[in-house]
Amino acid sequence: MNDLAPPAKRTAKDFATDQEVRWCPGCGDYAILRAVQKTLADIDADPANTVFVSGIGCAARFPYYVETYGFHTIHGRSPAFATGIKLANPDLDVWVVGGDGDMLSIGANHLMHVIRRNVDAQVLLFNNEIYGLTKGQASPTSRAGTRSPSTPLGSVDSPVSACLYVMGAGARFVARGIDTQQKDLPGIFARAHAHKGASFVEILQNCIVYNDGVFANITEKAVVADRQVVCDHGQPLVFGADKNKGLRLNTQTLELEVVTFGDEGPEAAGILIHDETKRVLGTMLAGMDDDVLPVAVGVIYCDPAKSYDEGVKEVKAEAVKRAGGEDLKAMMHAGHTWTVSE
Amino acid sequence: MTNIDQVASADPCVSVRDELESAVVRFAGDSGDGMQLTGGQFTEATALAGNDLSTFPDFPAEIRAPVGTTFGVSSFQINFGARRIMTSGDDFDVLIAMNPAALKVELSRLRKGGLVIIDTGTFNTRNLKKAGYDSTPLDDGTLDPFRVVALDISAMTLEAVKEFELSKKDALRCKNMWALGFVYWLFGRARTTTQQWLTGKFAKRPEIANANIAAMNAGHAMGETAELPDGIHGFHIAPADISPGLYRTVTGTEALAWGLAKGAELAALEILFASYPITPASPLLHSLAKMQHLGVTTFQAEDEIAAACAAIGASYAGTLGVTSSSGPGIALKGEAIGLALSAELPMVIVNSQRGGPSTGLPTKTEQSDLYQAVYGRNADAPMVVLSTRSAADCFDVGIEAVRLATKYMTPVMLLTDGYISNAAEPWKIPDLDAYEPFPLTFHTDPEGFHPFMRDEKTLSRVWAKPGTPDLMHRIGGIERSYDTGHISYDADNHHKMTKIRAAKIDGVANDIPLQDIELGSVSGKLAIVGWGSTYGPINRAVDNLVNQGKDVSHIHLRNIWPLPRNLGELLAGYDNILIPEMNNGQLITLLRAELLLKAEGLNKISGQPFRISEIEDVILEILER
Repeated sequence: MNDLAPPAKRTAKDFATDQEVRWCPGCGDYAILRAVQKTLADIDADPANTVFVSGIGCAARFPYYVETYGFHTIHGRSPAFATGIKLANPDLDVWVVGGDGDMLSIGANHLMHVIRRNVDAQVLLFNNEIYGLTKGQASPTSRAGTRSPSTPLGSVDSPVSACLYVMGAGARFVARGIDTQQKDLPGIFARAHAHKGASFVEILQNCIVYNDGVFANITEKAVVADRQVVCDHGQPLVFGADKNKGLRLNTQTLELEVVTFGDEGPEAAGILIHDETKRVLGTMLAGMDDDVLPVAVGVIYCDPAKSYDEGVKEVKAEAVKRAGGEDLKAMMHAGHTWTVSE
Repeated sequence: MTNIDQVASADPCVSVRDELESAVVRFAGDSGDGMQLTGGQFTEATALAGNDLSTFPDFPAEIRAPVGTTFGVSSFQINFGARRIMTSGDDFDVLIAMNPAALKVELSRLRKGGLVIIDTGTFNTRNLKKAGYDSTPLDDGTLDPFRVVALDISAMTLEAVKEFELSKKDALRCKNMWALGFVYWLFGRARTTTQQWLTGKFAKRPEIANANIAAMNAGHAMGETAELPDGIHGFHIAPADISPGLYRTVTGTEALAWGLAKGAELAALEILFASYPITPASPLLHSLAKMQHLGVTTFQAEDEIAAACAAIGASYAGTLGVTSSSGPGIALKGEAIGLALSAELPMVIVNSQRGGPSTGLPTKTEQSDLYQAVYGRNADAPMVVLSTRSAADCFDVGIEAVRLATKYMTPVMLLTDGYISNAAEPWKIPDLDAYEPFPLTFHTDPEGFHPFMRDEKTLSRVWAKPGTPDLMHRIGGIERSYDTGHISYDADNHHKMTKIRAAKIDGVANDIPLQDIELGSVSGKLAIVGWGSTYGPINRAVDNLVNQGKDVSHIHLRNIWPLPRNLGELLAGYDNILIPEMNNGQLITLLRAELLLKAEGLNKISGQPFRISEIEDVILEILER
């Protein structure tokens, strides 16, 4: 036996814990868990150096099922815990997991700040447009008119768009995936992981008990091609079963519009080429949520900037430099002192 | 009358100055008059002159209250003397009133026969009206019980700084230095420290520095040369008999910042200090932000909750998380503190108490968060609570908080208050090498590991931080199994875990000093039991009465939870127990509940510290029963 042989590369299974997974049978969270475990294997994550942090809710049980370090904290505050963890040890690889209630209702403030500070962590928001763990109340992403135990005649408040919200907070990485689209999710997660700074991924997730089929109009096999546009940097924003539809900017209204093109091809039809570094384009793509425009999936926006962790590190280095070796004793002896003699 | 030559000589005091044992001086003016700076300068000069001292900055909640109003009055009080100074003083001996509003607000606490120095230049109709005076108090008999030095300080300041060609506004801003110069003369203080400070502070605008210095010199010269009213001359206060050593002045905030940093050093840890601005706790964030070269990272969070959570996140990752706030902010942190104590992570929470409830009196002092500290969380959620008695005491209590938090893997709440945070006192700089280190060891052995393995003696769990190979584990707020650390909803297990968490904190009582007495005898007719910043007035009151032969003792608690294990036995030795508190009776309830103690309270909830005489009166009343 050769002790120096490199350890066998971990598989997705190596990132599963011995704990029984307690989501409802058929829950979209299973699919996301599988995709994350596969991602961790794909990127060869070091389990000892990886931390999953969550708040409260169905999604927030996630850390118990990943064989890394994990901290299941309190409702809505996971971004703040993650920030503290990164400040304490910037070398840790931190993933933040939560649902739409956790991150856009009670914890929306913390989501905003982890994003605007650009803390180097992956933030995964499982959006099922409902409160699951508390048994089915409307959430801040529920569509107007949602009937639930707390809104028996239909909700009257407008939903928030998760991706637009973080774009507004100054996100530098925004992506969207769908629980059942296992082929695409690991790639999106790997991109989020590779990005330095806060990476935000919204995963549209089906709640089989309280909001079953809420995304069917974009995820059903029959409509996927027409209702989703895949954002692929450098490629035209085309979609449709025949790949003959695309997104074009209407220069009069400054809005995106759907154009069907023929043999002349997308370029001639003025179809936009996806440039993930463009904030305005990213914002327009993130905001497509009506029945006319398709829903954008993939990496919608990615334009790295200095992370909070790096900034803090620089400030500390500057403080050390300016202090010129001053220690606590010197600090306590600085300023006016006087000696009382015997 | 003043003899100029003698005043100007090296030792000016002997023949012409009144000898005093101590004096209370109060600088009062508009918020914009720079009274806090003036008081701070006088404090430094007084410390350097060898007096013991205690200060009390007393300022309005508004940043810039309307000029000239009574609610915009900002004051700075200092008590200094040739003997040990325990409080910032009761009634003042000298009041400096820079405007009518200051006179209106403060005059009632100037002792009869005390000296009042007034800037008559501000006593115009408009300012008098704003202060609520119908007629000018300068000549309607209001000032008859006092000795008065009424000077047009405004005009004399303008004259003194004329050569620097400042705007009238800038020129008038020098008048606090004029007043300071006069008070320096009054007490025979050197101007050097202030001169140096001004030169440094206005290095980029030397004309401002020079104008201020000129104003100070003019005020000082006025004292030396002026024909002051009969019987008014300078005072001399001899240096106090202070234990030998190197001294500096220190505020509670500074001492606490240094104590936390020293504690972390002794624990061989770094600190993440996460906080959100709130009066009167923010200065601690400011102090620690200047210590980033000493293993301290500071984080101004988006809110109180995030500050607590970031601190806990840091502790989880192997750095000591510290957060701070005042009562309303501590309330917001409550849920997170519950997580820290159930996940058993170390954390220090500093509470700079202020008047409440709700917003209450943000800039005034109170000690009304004792219930909140001991009981203020959902469920059975015990944690260690410490209190600090003075600015200097903050250093040692800061270290102790770090020691207990890390040794017992628990949040520790450190109760201080707005008075202690802002008050300055002379401090014998401690020998940093004399403190015994208590280095932390992180768990690294995977053999039989689970995250809630406990030390048999302390019941503290292991601290296994992310980044450690082969110790991957998950923790959280859900109840965990005593045996495995995994989530557990088992009924018996929850009972056991609740008992374990309580026993762990109870056990801290075996690791803290036995309760001692400050003054008096270990049993007798009456014990005064205090905690926190009532230390000064209680100690002085008891000292005064012990010197008169009265049977009274002073006991002062640092450990609020758990209580020192001999406290019940100690208190049983007294016929009567009096518990003065700046709240409506919180420690007294705690001691009744824990010790079945018969005690009576003395409660002051005015936002102002106790006066010595208030405590003396009640002691005498009890002793005469």
